[in-house]
Amino acid sequence: MAEAAKFDLTDDSVVVIVGTGAGGGVLANELAQKGVKVVALEAGGRYLPEDYVNDEWDSFGQLAWTDPRTTSGDWRVAKDFSGLPAWIVKAVGGTSIHWAGASLRFQDHEWKALTNYGPVEGANLLDWPIDSAEMAPWYDLAEAKLGVTGTGDRPRLPGCNNYLVFEKGAKALGYQDVHSGNMAINSVEYDDRMACQQTGFCFQGCKWGAKWSSAYTDIPRGEATGNLEVRANAHAARILHDDSGKVTGVEYFDGDGNLQMQAARIVCVAGNSFESPRLLLNSASSMFPDGLANSSGQVGRNYMRHTTGSAYAIFDKPVRMWRGTTMAGIVRDEARHDPTRGFVGGYELETLSLGLPFMAAFLDPGAWGREFTTALDSYENMAGMWIVGEDMPQAENRVTLSDVTDKFGLRVANVNFTDHPNDIAMRNHAYEQGQAIYKAVGATRTLPTPPYPSTHNLGTNRMSERPEDGVVNKWGQSHDIPNLFVSDGSQFTTGAAENPTLTIVALAIRQADHIARELAAGNI
Amino acid sequence: MSNIRNLGLTRRALLSRTVAAGALAVVGTGFIAAPDAAWAVEVTAISEHEMATLLQMSRDIFPHDRVADRFYATAIKGYDSAEQKAAVAEGIAAVDAAAKAAGFDDYLSIGWEADRVAVLRGIEDMPFFQTVRGGLVTGLYNQKEVWPLFGYEGESYSQGGYIDRGFDDIEWL
Repeated sequence: MAEAAKFDLTDDSVVVIVGTGAGGGVLANELAQKGVKVVALEAGGRYLPEDYVNDEWDSFGQLAWTDPRTTSGDWRVAKDFSGLPAWIVKAVGGTSIHWAGASLRFQDHEWKALTNYGPVEGANLLDWPIDSAEMAPWYDLAEAKLGVTGTGDRPRLPGCNNYLVFEKGAKALGYQDVHSGNMAINSVEYDDRMACQQTGFCFQGCKWGAKWSSAYTDIPRGEATGNLEVRANAHAARILHDDSGKVTGVEYFDGDGNLQMQAARIVCVAGNSFESPRLLLNSASSMFPDGLANSSGQVGRNYMRHTTGSAYAIFDKPVRMWRGTTMAGIVRDEARHDPTRGFVGGYELETLSLGLPFMAAFLDPGAWGREFTTALDSYENMAGMWIVGEDMPQAENRVTLSDVTDKFGLRVANVNFTDHPNDIAMRNHAYEQGQAIYKAVGATRTLPTPPYPSTHNLGTNRMSERPEDGVVNKWGQSHDIPNLFVSDGSQFTTGAAENPTLTIVALAIRQADHIARELAAGNI
Repeated sequence: MSNIRNLGLTRRALLSRTVAAGALAVVGTGFIAAPDAAWAVEVTAISEHEMATLLQMSRDIFPHDRVADRFYATAIKGYDSAEQKAAVAEGIAAVDAAAKAAGFDDYLSIGWEADRVAVLRGIEDMPFFQTVRGGLVTGLYNQKEVWPLFGYEGESYSQGGYIDRGFDDIEWL
């Protein structure tokens, strides 16, 4: 095994990747495996399974991105959690430490939302420049990398208490496509990672390593090639370019707060849907006064967060939903596109549990009194599910630069979001169905619960066929600047109904293949 | 929160030095305590009346009948500080003023929970109320000693998870 690489700041032969989550972390390893030299800049520190804390608030303090952000718009998060639009991670491995592991392929029709849904008033729908056939082999590779249950010959996870309640209710309602999910959580030992021990706390980092995260798979494997250097506590500030308009390097603040500049042959931005457009906008120059890669004016726009919400229910007997995997359970029947329900696109229903501290914080933020506390009194008898549906891209749902600055003096992201009427209709339908599932197994009380700070952050650098419609082409390559790529969920053209990580990983594997090929051909 | 022994008081001595402050607590010099002296909270920066009012407010904001007062007292003891003194004085004065406007002597003198809740509903947009409410979300529910009262078991990694300990043990379905 080679030593992890160490590259010179002036080495302009390297690919610089900003961010090390499901997008950046996978891209870094895939490039390193192909012999491409990579410097990955990560704003957060490095934490491994032995460091993870199975305590909700302590873990939040350890892993969450809590640097300042600002919010605006009609969404309730802007009122209840005005400085915390997202619950995502600042660490080597990014939000792949926090994610629940749900790994679903897009459905065929979702790649072509504009064609299949038709224009929707107020929405900025667009077809992806790629489709299911194009993505199928990359999904195969992503599922094998993540060890997704229910794909290949990998068995599904056993159902925990929360799932068993959910399954019985769903089947009583006539739902057919009900199972413990396609999860990047090992049901049996796989790829040097052990099987799930049904410990709970999937959101806090899997202490067994049974759930896939780039933090302890792709990152160390990439480092072992000798082609990857990961710099933790390196906060990207600005991407630089030359007079020809090609990017030349990334300025960042190191762990001591000193400004450094890493030269680059290619820059790949993978900081998530807030930080990636923030970095492009903060990199404005006299040549690119509106920010890099922004000739379309689309950088920051079309922010999507999935139509979410939760349904909890209370029963007359204990459920103990916290025991076992946090999200291993799904109903897929409502994921279809069926406008007779009063909205375009579809949604998934997935089991979800929170511990008592987070249930108190998220069940009904701002609520008090007995209506609230009697629900918590029955915490032991509670079951829960999460709604994940396709939300409409809207031009004004966007990330812009706030007047607030961070500790480095860099303007932070403001996140503006307002539900589209289609989002509201879908959420209300899902609340009805979710509550019906639990009533079918005897729920004595049901609790539709508002969306949490977002974990699925999509759009803001969207992929488009035509340069005027989006920021990057079908390879995630900037329409404007050939050696600048976007490698995270911000390149999503539309959000589909599925949890995004598998698609982010599949796109990263595909992008690595493309970049390596173009480098070898001397095209970049 | 201090154990009463730390105050150098026997229950009898403690009770002899107190006057009733609402239903929950008795007030003495430098402390408030349970009427049966099961717990006591020292106060140094804010007044005993202010601490007793905070305690009653906390119970009325997040009433859990099976959660003892001492957990609420733990959740609010941080208000007894020099930094919080002015904000607490102003906030409790506003709470008492709202109680007076509703025809009571002060907040602690309101005998029925429904009447106290009505007073709080009238001031719930006040920053002080929101600070107290928001602080309790973590101050109360993130006390590990409270979790078993709700059935919550906390971490299970140290015991090997639930794979052999009931992750799918539901029997009533």
